[in-house]
Amino acid sequence: MDRRQFLKTSTVAFTAGGLGLAPWRRAAAQASPIKIGLLAPLTGVVASGGKEMVEGVQFWLDQAKNEIAGRKVELVIEDDASNPDTALQKARRLVEQGNCDMLIGNLLANTGLAVANYVKGTGTPYFIPIIAADDLTQRQRIRNVIRVAGYSASEFTHPLGDWALKQGYRKIATVSQDYTFGHEQCGGLAQVFSEGGGEIVQQFWHPLNTADFSPYLGQLADLKVDAIFAMETGADSTRFIQQYAGFGLKGKIPLLMAMNGTDQSVIRTLGEDCEGIISPAHFAEGSDNPVTRQFVRDYEAKYGKIPSLYGFSMYSGIMWVAAALDKIGGRLDDRNVFIDTVLKTELTGSPLGKTVTLDAYGNPIYDVYIRKVVKRGDGKYWNVPITSYPNVSQFWTYDPATYMKQPPYSRSFQGIKKA
Amino acid sequence: MNTFQLFNGLTFAALLFVVASGFTLIFGLLRIVNLAHGALYLFGGYIGFTVATRTGSFVLGGIGAMAAMAAIGFVLDQGLLRFVRGHELRQVLLTLGFALMLNDLALVIWGGDSFTVPIPPMLRGGTRLFGVFYPTYRLFVLISGLVVFAALWLLLNRTRLGALIRAGVDDAEMVEASGVNIRRVFLVTFLIGSALAGLGGLMGGAFLTLYPSADAEILVFSLAVVIIGGRGSLVGVGVGSVLVGLLNTIGQVMFPELAYFVIFGPMAVLLAFRPLGLFGRAA
Amino acid sequence: MTQRPMQTKSFAGMSGRAVIAALAAVAAAAALPLVLTNYQVGLATEILIFGLLAMSIDILAGFAGRTSLGHGAIFGVASYVVIYAGAQAGLPPAAGLALGVVAATLLAAIFGWLAVRTSGVYFLLLTLALGMIVWGICLRWTEVTGGENGLRGDVRPAFLVTHSAFYWAVLAAAVAASFAMWRFVRSPFGLTLRGIRDSESRMRSLGYNVSLHLFIGFTVSGFFAGIAGALYAMFNDFVSPSTVALAQSVEGVLMMIAGGVGTLFGGFVGAAVIIALENVVSAHTERWQMVLGATFILIMIFAPEGIIGKLRAMLARHTSR
Repeated sequence: MDRRQFLKTSTVAFTAGGLGLAPWRRAAAQASPIKIGLLAPLTGVVASGGKEMVEGVQFWLDQAKNEIAGRKVELVIEDDASNPDTALQKARRLVEQGNCDMLIGNLLANTGLAVANYVKGTGTPYFIPIIAADDLTQRQRIRNVIRVAGYSASEFTHPLGDWALKQGYRKIATVSQDYTFGHEQCGGLAQVFSEGGGEIVQQFWHPLNTADFSPYLGQLADLKVDAIFAMETGADSTRFIQQYAGFGLKGKIPLLMAMNGTDQSVIRTLGEDCEGIISPAHFAEGSDNPVTRQFVRDYEAKYGKIPSLYGFSMYSGIMWVAAALDKIGGRLDDRNVFIDTVLKTELTGSPLGKTVTLDAYGNPIYDVYIRKVVKRGDGKYWNVPITSYPNVSQFWTYDPATYMKQPPYSRSFQGIKKA
Repeated sequence: MNTFQLFNGLTFAALLFVVASGFTLIFGLLRIVNLAHGALYLFGGYIGFTVATRTGSFVLGGIGAMAAMAAIGFVLDQGLLRFVRGHELRQVLLTLGFALMLNDLALVIWGGDSFTVPIPPMLRGGTRLFGVFYPTYRLFVLISGLVVFAALWLLLNRTRLGALIRAGVDDAEMVEASGVNIRRVFLVTFLIGSALAGLGGLMGGAFLTLYPSADAEILVFSLAVVIIGGRGSLVGVGVGSVLVGLLNTIGQVMFPELAYFVIFGPMAVLLAFRPLGLFGRAA
Repeated sequence: MTQRPMQTKSFAGMSGRAVIAALAAVAAAAALPLVLTNYQVGLATEILIFGLLAMSIDILAGFAGRTSLGHGAIFGVASYVVIYAGAQAGLPPAAGLALGVVAATLLAAIFGWLAVRTSGVYFLLLTLALGMIVWGICLRWTEVTGGENGLRGDVRPAFLVTHSAFYWAVLAAAVAASFAMWRFVRSPFGLTLRGIRDSESRMRSLGYNVSLHLFIGFTVSGFFAGIAGALYAMFNDFVSPSTVALAQSVEGVLMMIAGGVGTLFGGFVGAAVIIALENVVSAHTERWQMVLGATFILIMIFAPEGIIGKLRAMLARHTSR
């Protein structure tokens, strides 16, 4: 839905709603609208994730009758084309031409970093429910960049490393997309796993958009490992899972993946190839938590598909921002007050069915599920929790100051403890 | 390189061959660098996917992909390229514009999710061959590449149309002067080339999946194949495909840092010092 | 019968009327920040920068008959070097700018040395391939280029931080660079390039070293693309592999063609049209790529000589009546 159409329908909805409002409420609602700039990749490599990001935000706004704290919301959507130059250009447009009060969104880490660098100069509040680059809430923290309802890349793989040790795995090999997000996810697993006595036998890094995984699968099949951890997103994940099964590795070597790899946006179009894959995440669409069940049901009713991580995160993200705005009566004149309020707000009513808080660095603390992909009654596949780790922060069990002394995860630093 | 990697390289080479052979037919005869060829691959793959999933038949998917891409090729050639005949650069840029439009149209119709063309049941699973367990479908792709090569060889060397195409590659004016309706030969060639791209899309869509940037990737590989192998030469495309396929696999395994350089390095060197490629003929 | 009078008085090779027209254009451009919003001034700055890029491509395409799809890479390399020099190496902005331009010129020399033997479509494909190699390097050499995260930096000198101040600086640079390019293509060297464009064999038989001329032409063209790239680095404070990608080269070529191949200054017109179009279209729909593709096709079919080319044709028809 483009911006013009959205404005039209939201105006109609508002007018219709306004007729039933009490007079004092109507007066307050007629104050100027809150302008939110939503950046998402609507074209390019991660276009499918981008579309769901927009759906997640629109879903929440629809439920909230397009109002936050009594003010109308004007949502301006811009496409970042999965490309940091475009993201920067659009961010500039939203802030300088569109006069947006805040920015939210972006999917790929490099687009997020580009926009973050820009808002560092303008001070515009920027919310990143999807961008997971660790350092934005660690060493390179920018005050007005807040990861509401998001997560840092290594946050979920820390507990996965612990779970792997508990399964009795002693040797793991990793294969991952070769960029920061991949490095950080693998690093989280590698550090905890190796510190617990496990061995990371080998690590494979491949460029994004690798069509053919056969070279890596061939080598992986030859290694004597207890499990394989694969960090893949989007189309790479689809292909990896299919080829993993195609080359006969499914069922032979247990497959652990990052949550993006088993996300609905990937497994929706797969069949039995994805069954049994383990991944860690804060969100499990197959969870039997009643709030989650309701959210999934409603989303499925509206969009005809089970919600993915992208839809869920953006939904929770805007919910969080709205909760903060409610507390200060929808006033955005003082940015510092707004940002402080967001940092102090606890999110209740999230589809997770639990209260979520931000740590001292602006990153949420979650109960992390270890999930398995199973078949639902109607034949669709989804992620169901098999165990959970309560209150996991981006620092796992480490002391934040000590943790931040070690360099950020990268290809050369994976936190591996030498035996 | 072990047997496994060898098969990987050859399988990819077979797919490249199917796609690049269409490209070189058009480039060789019509002298058009059709930068929309990758978009035809992707669009054809998507259509093949839709037909195959609706009808449950892989073969129908293939026919659908080829027919649809021949139709789109017809539109491109007769509807657009005819206005810029004889202007090399304009043709190239026009096809680039067409590629952008097709790619965006595909995004509108099928969205950004990755799709996999369903593999027919008898081709699923793996086969034991030379000591490795290899996916049967990929072996099918390998064999199909050889079949397409044979079919094209027969077309070019045993039919009148083929003789006209080969003559036209060498000297189009001469062929025209001898009374042949060269325009019709050109058109048929364009349709065959486009259909091959569509077929490639269906075949590739089953093991490499279809997604928004697949068109640019396959185009770039096709360019490399045709440049290395030589314009307008079937053997050239065959050899070029094998070289690029193997280089790509070796590159991924041994020099992941230099992934693109392994392909574009040789391509650039050849273009600089031997633009006709290994088997190309001077225009 | 109208006949143009013999040019006896000229300033730096321009007729009196042309000088006035040029000064008027520059004055109008300089006045823009007084009437436009900050965001629009930013757009105008981008138009100047990409106009320079398009002009640099035109030196080869319009005057030597060789269209390059690798200039985006040359442009982007200058940006990378400027940001790296400022943000990682801590050099002052002027030094960074100079290094950026030098790097771009060197890269263009390498491209040129490899490309002189080819022409037409092969030249296009070779420059495309070379551009892709550069892109691959920028994408994978993470230690230096930041890989796909790109490099971020604050490379503008303090007095150019505001939108307007930077715009005027870029305008000054654009005027100087365009003047230099204009003089270059009208010089005897430029005439030789045009001779090569019109008939290479004839130039060879006349004893000209065609390869050397093309090589120098390519390098000079790269020098100016480098200036554009260095300015872009300061404009954006950010560079990523997309800056050197094929799409950048393609857009540059499109801007050149939209303005008019061989018109040189058409580069600014083409840049203005494409950038304005993109802004307007993106505000109403996500289908900018489709519009861009359609624009390509329409220009190729109906206006391959570009806007300025079309204007000149219309003017010529008028004056010959």
